Amino acid sequence: MPAPATTASPSSGVPDSRADRTVLDADDISRALSRISHEILERNKGADGVVLLGIPSRGVPLAERIATRIAAVEGSSVPHGSLDVTMYRDDLRLKPARTLLPTQIPDGGIDDKVVVLVDDVLFSGRTIRAALDALNDVGRPRAVQLAVLVDRGHRELPIRADFVGKNLPTSLVQRVRVHLTGVDDEDAVIIEGAAS
Amino acid sequence: MSSFLVKGARILGGDTRDVLIRDGVLVFGEPDADAEVIDATGLIALPGLVDLHTHLREPGREDAETVLTGTQAAAMGGFTAVHAMANTDPVADTAGVVEQVWRLGREGGYCDVYPVGAVTVGLAGRQLAELGAMADSAARVRVFSDDGHCVGDAVLMRRALEYVKAFDGVVAQHAQEPRLTENAQMNEGELSGRLGLAGWPAVAEEAVIARDCLLAAHVGSRLHVCHVSTAGSVELIRQAKASGWNVTAEVTPHHLLLTDELAASYDPVYKVNPPLRTTADTEALRAGLADGTIDVVATDHAPHPLEDKDCEWAAAAFGMLGLETALSVVQETMVDPGLLSWADVADRMSYAPARIGRVSDHGRPLEDGAPANLVLYDPSVRRVVEAAESVSLSRNTPYAGMELPGRVVATFRHGKPTVLDGKLA
Amino acid sequence: MKKHLLSAGDLSREDAELVLHTAEELRSLADRPIKKLPALRGRTVVNLFFEDSTRTRISFEAAAKRLSADVINFSAKGSSLSKGESLKDTALTLEAMGCDAVVIRHGASGAPHRLANSGWVRASVVNAGDGTHEHPTQALLDAFTMWRHLGPRNGGTLDGQRIAIVGDVLHSRVARSNALLLHTLGAEVTLVAPPTLLPVGVDSWPVETSYDLDGVLPKADAVMMLRVQRERMNGGFFPTAREYSRRYGLDGRRMATLQEHTIVMHPGPMVRGMEITADVADSDRSVIVEQVTNGVAVRMAVLYLLLGGSEPAVGNPDGADA
Repeated sequence: MPAPATTASPSSGVPDSRADRTVLDADDISRALSRISHEILERNKGADGVVLLGIPSRGVPLAERIATRIAAVEGSSVPHGSLDVTMYRDDLRLKPARTLLPTQIPDGGIDDKVVVLVDDVLFSGRTIRAALDALNDVGRPRAVQLAVLVDRGHRELPIRADFVGKNLPTSLVQRVRVHLTGVDDEDAVIIEGAAS
Repeated sequence: MSSFLVKGARILGGDTRDVLIRDGVLVFGEPDADAEVIDATGLIALPGLVDLHTHLREPGREDAETVLTGTQAAAMGGFTAVHAMANTDPVADTAGVVEQVWRLGREGGYCDVYPVGAVTVGLAGRQLAELGAMADSAARVRVFSDDGHCVGDAVLMRRALEYVKAFDGVVAQHAQEPRLTENAQMNEGELSGRLGLAGWPAVAEEAVIARDCLLAAHVGSRLHVCHVSTAGSVELIRQAKASGWNVTAEVTPHHLLLTDELAASYDPVYKVNPPLRTTADTEALRAGLADGTIDVVATDHAPHPLEDKDCEWAAAAFGMLGLETALSVVQETMVDPGLLSWADVADRMSYAPARIGRVSDHGRPLEDGAPANLVLYDPSVRRVVEAAESVSLSRNTPYAGMELPGRVVATFRHGKPTVLDGKLA
Repeated sequence: MKKHLLSAGDLSREDAELVLHTAEELRSLADRPIKKLPALRGRTVVNLFFEDSTRTRISFEAAAKRLSADVINFSAKGSSLSKGESLKDTALTLEAMGCDAVVIRHGASGAPHRLANSGWVRASVVNAGDGTHEHPTQALLDAFTMWRHLGPRNGGTLDGQRIAIVGDVLHSRVARSNALLLHTLGAEVTLVAPPTLLPVGVDSWPVETSYDLDGVLPKADAVMMLRVQRERMNGGFFPTAREYSRRYGLDGRRMATLQEHTIVMHPGPMVRGMEITADVADSDRSVIVEQVTNGVAVRMAVLYLLLGGSEPAVGNPDGADA
């Protein structure tokens, strides 16, 4: 069976230097998502023609939450779904074949829509590059924008987010974990490992 | 001819006696200062083994084996005489072919080769071959067999059994009902169903054995049953013997040791005719050999070139090597578990096959003045069988990678060493 | 499954369910404008067919191409390659050309095992039907079809579902693979055939057997009809085609005894009028055409899981085999 698609933790260091730190709690996450929702509406002058696509796994509930907030503001629902990028990853061959995650394109498709990709953490940018490729096979959006809960830096590709919940400077040995109720027990963003 | 003094060997695994090999005969209790001394401490001396069932492939398939290489393999296994089966190309169904094979054996000098004559012309099962001419030839054929094919026609089998009485011959039947085994690939059972390989039911062997035993009794002739492979066959032969009928039987080393489970690998090295059977069958065969129901261990040594085995199962040839490993397999399956003594082994692998084949100067007890056909065997070692080490031209041994006990140290044929120190002399 | 897919029996329940779930994701690809994924770009898949089977070959071909693999079709039927030794030579040729997977269909049972375990090739070997042995991807697509239809009313699994497999079990690689896989997935399989067309030793399989089709049908959740070749008549397996159809064929009258939700399946190609009548094959219960669609998705899943990553995602990745 596939190994969990997480990287091995750089653990065998000194134990007491590995304090886990909660950097966003439930309220912080809620506020960040509300702000992102408003920014999306502002940027696109409303929700018309906007489609939210979460990148599994945690981008999907984030896209749902943003959709809910936009619906509350606008009074009408915004199409949202999911886009699995597994088969488009550039590191596909470096690990055992990964389990596919759901791709759910909303009715109406993405042609001539503004697609907002939603993910939890923006890091190297490789996932987003894969998502852009995946999107290309699904249709031709008018524009693609990117919303992330956390931008932790260390980009390896010329990619930036349009909407950021929180910029979080990290060191490369640290790990950023996003917990979301529905998938996890709580809402929290946690940094594991000490800054170098 | 040089002489050898074998010191310290246990005769038939029993008492230690020194034995002098001189002028082609055994001499006990006489020193000879000129003799080359062979230290046989810890070794067992057995009479030279006699194989009633060997395929030497020559003429016709010299790429698989020749009379020379086959008899060398036999010598390495402790044999001093082999019966060469008739399914060569051309078939050994005339005096000319059997004499050729016989002569090749004499020229090679590693074993006395006793050709088996075909029962029917071309092994085709339609017309009797000239059995009398083969019996009268220089090869003095006494064993007749269509081995590889069954003499399926009941009338033809009856006639053959009757006819060989004229020269004290024996018909060695390959018992395989042809219609029940069309395209058959392996023992019919749970495994054949699972593997999708066409099944070879035990009844196909047993039905022919039953018929032939009744025929032999009816016409008062000698029947020999080749490579018995099922528990039911053992029981039928047991009953025939109890009835006083003149029926003998052989079992191969591989049917004593190996089972059909090996077919699950789809490796054709385990494809053989008759097929490997179940554990229950191997147990019945061992018991039958122990109680004398089965008279003989015969190798059915069947060499095949690599390309006939290095392919998918259904396309592969039937058969496996056996000469070099026979004694080890018998030790493993019969002697070590206490089913046979070494004296019994001498009977099953030397006396009995010589008696059935009417071979006079092999299969004789190790006593003063007996022909010096002798094997020295070390039962104390264990070795892993390597296919590449075989002196056969072929490599299709099913025991490759398997650990077996024992090793033939020396073989003497008519006083001349064919194997010394475990190597061809 | 290990490095190869040779037998349905090699799949653990976890493996089989991973294939089904992966196939479920891949099935939606058929609805997209671009029916292609890049996962196997640069990988080479050889379809090595020693037996004619256009439908299986094009199914594998479509699957591999939709995953962007390069596909080489090697049809060896009728050529000198029907002889045994050439399997090895063909394998060595493929190895020399460099291929990542060999999809093999062969008339000899066990030929894929030989290919996988003989050291002739390093590629993954997928059994696309060998002799009267197995056809594991057919079983996977059958299970996938059943799972889609029966799963939603059964908690998402095939646990306890009753599957009747009817016909020439003896000569059917489809029946063997289905019996193994459906058992692994928790279904209860009943093989229905005249006694002459059941293999010796079937009593030790993890299935029920029956000679009475009418007794089995009313309880079945899915009925799979197997092809019965008329030539079997000549082997004495049954007296006449008419008698076979009367006792073991699925016709409208028998179909009426099925439960409302029961589906009718056939691995194809059908012999209409023999084991199945046209009105049954074309009825609403029949999922025979859908089986073909699902075949592509399932084979994509198998190829992806074997070749998509650095090592196979199912089973023991060391490739060891008994």
